[in-house]
Amino acid sequence: MQHQMEDFIRALRAADVRVSPVESIDAHEAVARIGYADRELLKDALCATLAKSEDEVRRFDRAFDAFFARDPFDFATPPPPPEGGEAAPPEAKLEDVSEEAAGSELAQIILAGDSTALSQAMEKAAQAAQVSEIRLSTQRSRLTRRLLDEMGVAEIEKIISQARRLEGEGGAALADRLEAGRKIVAAEAQRYVQRQHDLYAAESGRQLREELLARKALNAEGGIDPVDLQVMQALVRKMAKRLADRYSRRRNRARRGHLDVRRTLRQSMAYGGVPFNVVWKTERVDKPKIIAICDVSKSVAAAAQFLLTFLYSLNEVVDRMDAYAFSGRMIPVNQILDEHGVDKAILEVLKLIGFQQTDYGRALQDFAENHLDKLDRHTTVIFLGDARSNYADPRLDIMRTIHERSRSVIWLNPEPESYWNQGDSVMNRYLPFCHLAKTCNTLDQLERIIEDVLRQYVPH
Amino acid sequence: MDSDAFASVDAVVQGLASVGYIASRRIATALYMSVHLQKPILVEGVAGVGKTELALSTATLLDLPLIRMQCYEGLDESKALYEWKYGKQLLYTQILKDRMGAELADAAGMDEAMERLHGMGDMFFSEPFLEPRPLMKALREDDGCVLLIDEIDKSDEAFEAFLLEVLSAYQASVPELGVIKAKTPPIVFLTSNNVRDLGDALKRRCLHLHIPLPEASLERRIVASRVPNIEERLTHQLVGFVHALREMDLRKSPSISETVDWARALILMHADSLDAAMVRDTLNVILKYEQDIQMVEPQVSELLRTAQATP
Repeated sequence: MQHQMEDFIRALRAADVRVSPVESIDAHEAVARIGYADRELLKDALCATLAKSEDEVRRFDRAFDAFFARDPFDFATPPPPPEGGEAAPPEAKLEDVSEEAAGSELAQIILAGDSTALSQAMEKAAQAAQVSEIRLSTQRSRLTRRLLDEMGVAEIEKIISQARRLEGEGGAALADRLEAGRKIVAAEAQRYVQRQHDLYAAESGRQLREELLARKALNAEGGIDPVDLQVMQALVRKMAKRLADRYSRRRNRARRGHLDVRRTLRQSMAYGGVPFNVVWKTERVDKPKIIAICDVSKSVAAAAQFLLTFLYSLNEVVDRMDAYAFSGRMIPVNQILDEHGVDKAILEVLKLIGFQQTDYGRALQDFAENHLDKLDRHTTVIFLGDARSNYADPRLDIMRTIHERSRSVIWLNPEPESYWNQGDSVMNRYLPFCHLAKTCNTLDQLERIIEDVLRQYVPH
Repeated sequence: MDSDAFASVDAVVQGLASVGYIASRRIATALYMSVHLQKPILVEGVAGVGKTELALSTATLLDLPLIRMQCYEGLDESKALYEWKYGKQLLYTQILKDRMGAELADAAGMDEAMERLHGMGDMFFSEPFLEPRPLMKALREDDGCVLLIDEIDKSDEAFEAFLLEVLSAYQASVPELGVIKAKTPPIVFLTSNNVRDLGDALKRRCLHLHIPLPEASLERRIVASRVPNIEERLTHQLVGFVHALREMDLRKSPSISETVDWARALILMHADSLDAAMVRDTLNVILKYEQDIQMVEPQVSELLRTAQATP
């Protein structure tokens, strides 16, 4: 049963329930205590040790039911001998066929109609054939064949042909029954492999697609395939949530006003109880403050939707965040992001301000005039854009002000570095005013960069 | 420990029932595993579903003392584990100073005085000056106890990390004294309302139990056990009504504690069956938001009919 448990844990992992080695040890201990006899008990005990959130409990229940589902095989019972008249000739025995046939376990199981024994035989064969290693749907037929081979179907076929050659009707009857049994076994094997596929591999197809998508260049020709859009949005949301989870953690900051009596007294011991060093309680500061400025002009059209999706998700999970979008002019978009669903919000923003002529200078000026007071030494400013300004004045002076006033300025550019400063790109002129400037045109890169950003540049 | 009560999962179900807690098999199994594997158990579920009650009932069942620690933002180890008795420590230094003069008066030189001083034994950081807080108390209960760490999700991340040592090894380190280890590991319950996600490290060290809102039949048994004098017909109607409410899109769906409170309220009002007027009068017992009440009120009669129709 050790093997069973390992397979089950693998199935759980495939179903996106995270199981650590410690937890799997717990599970084994739990099973050692309660045994396999009571199915519900086993399920509850494993659930307590392996599934660690409401969501995981749901997935666990599904995986358990699928994994331990063992429908009994349905063997056709041999037809009763016809009433009256002369009795049908007695069926030939396996021993009559050959010595080898008498030794065939599978043939005996089929003739006895023993479904439990067949289940066991199939499990054993499946282990030998490593059916649970299935990864792709294209492996199904090959694995079914291997499973049948392991079970000794070839042997059965030989016995059938030998039986047909036997004299008398008994041989044919035996052959017919074996033939019927063989068909059932084959069908069962197919179902078995299908179920293994569902358990171990169904998820991996989706995972593969997500992985590819995460590495796909977002400003590629034609942008994101509409089919993938949903998946991508889900991915972005998941990513933003993950980042926010990690970085919304409270951080310490000393605050005057609350005396930490314990630590003060402790320090004062050295001075005979005179409180020389006064220790103050620390207050925990919430969440980083982020200002995100997103270019939605024509030149970044392909990436705009992706950048906005990210902006939207970030806005959902980061409390203190101000979002702006611009092509020629800059507008705050917090309200739009707050009020609408993701698709609608992106459409609204694009309708309002998207796909126009870029003018970085003008946009920066708008920002400087209206929102400069939002910047302080705790603020991280993130620019999302290609810095292609249509040869207009890039207003480096404003960029310098932003740089001086904020804690850090990050620039994420969807274009590769070799394109920077070519044509109308003024990226290299903005560069001195950025603490960090990176190419970012896939989800993977975006996540890595944002993680670095939050770790290094957000106030602690 | 009363081992009979934990001989099997069925025994746990019966035991809990005998102290008034009607548990589903999944709850009982998790509790059974937790006792036998000596692992803390993390209980999650919406408010009022009986998380805290489970710990209380376990303590009653095993006849062990219950030590309860309510978590909140800013909870730190000086409130959870131990604190030094500063006042006493200060007094001690005063006494020490007075006595020191007499003790060391006849010392020949500085070296000898220092020698004697070292010989006097360091009382300053020692057990008598230690003020135990809930966690320490739980570790020092030699016959075992039930430790309830309530609403762990309200505490800070740092505190969660600090708990790890206590939860995995049932011990705590006091820098001045060394490691304090429990003779009998306490049975630990942690409850969470999912205000924030708990860390993986903590989750890994615990068994997990999610208590869902119960099925109608189970809830009827819970009501019957909590409100002994209630008529069966009333229980039936009331649970049906609450289940109908849970189907609706409310800000706060009524959970078990609300059902039980409502049953008690109805008993007080000498009701033996539900009618629309009675429900309207007592709606504020099960619904905690004005908007919810306004939404439900016009539909009361209809909800009552669906409640009656369900088996």
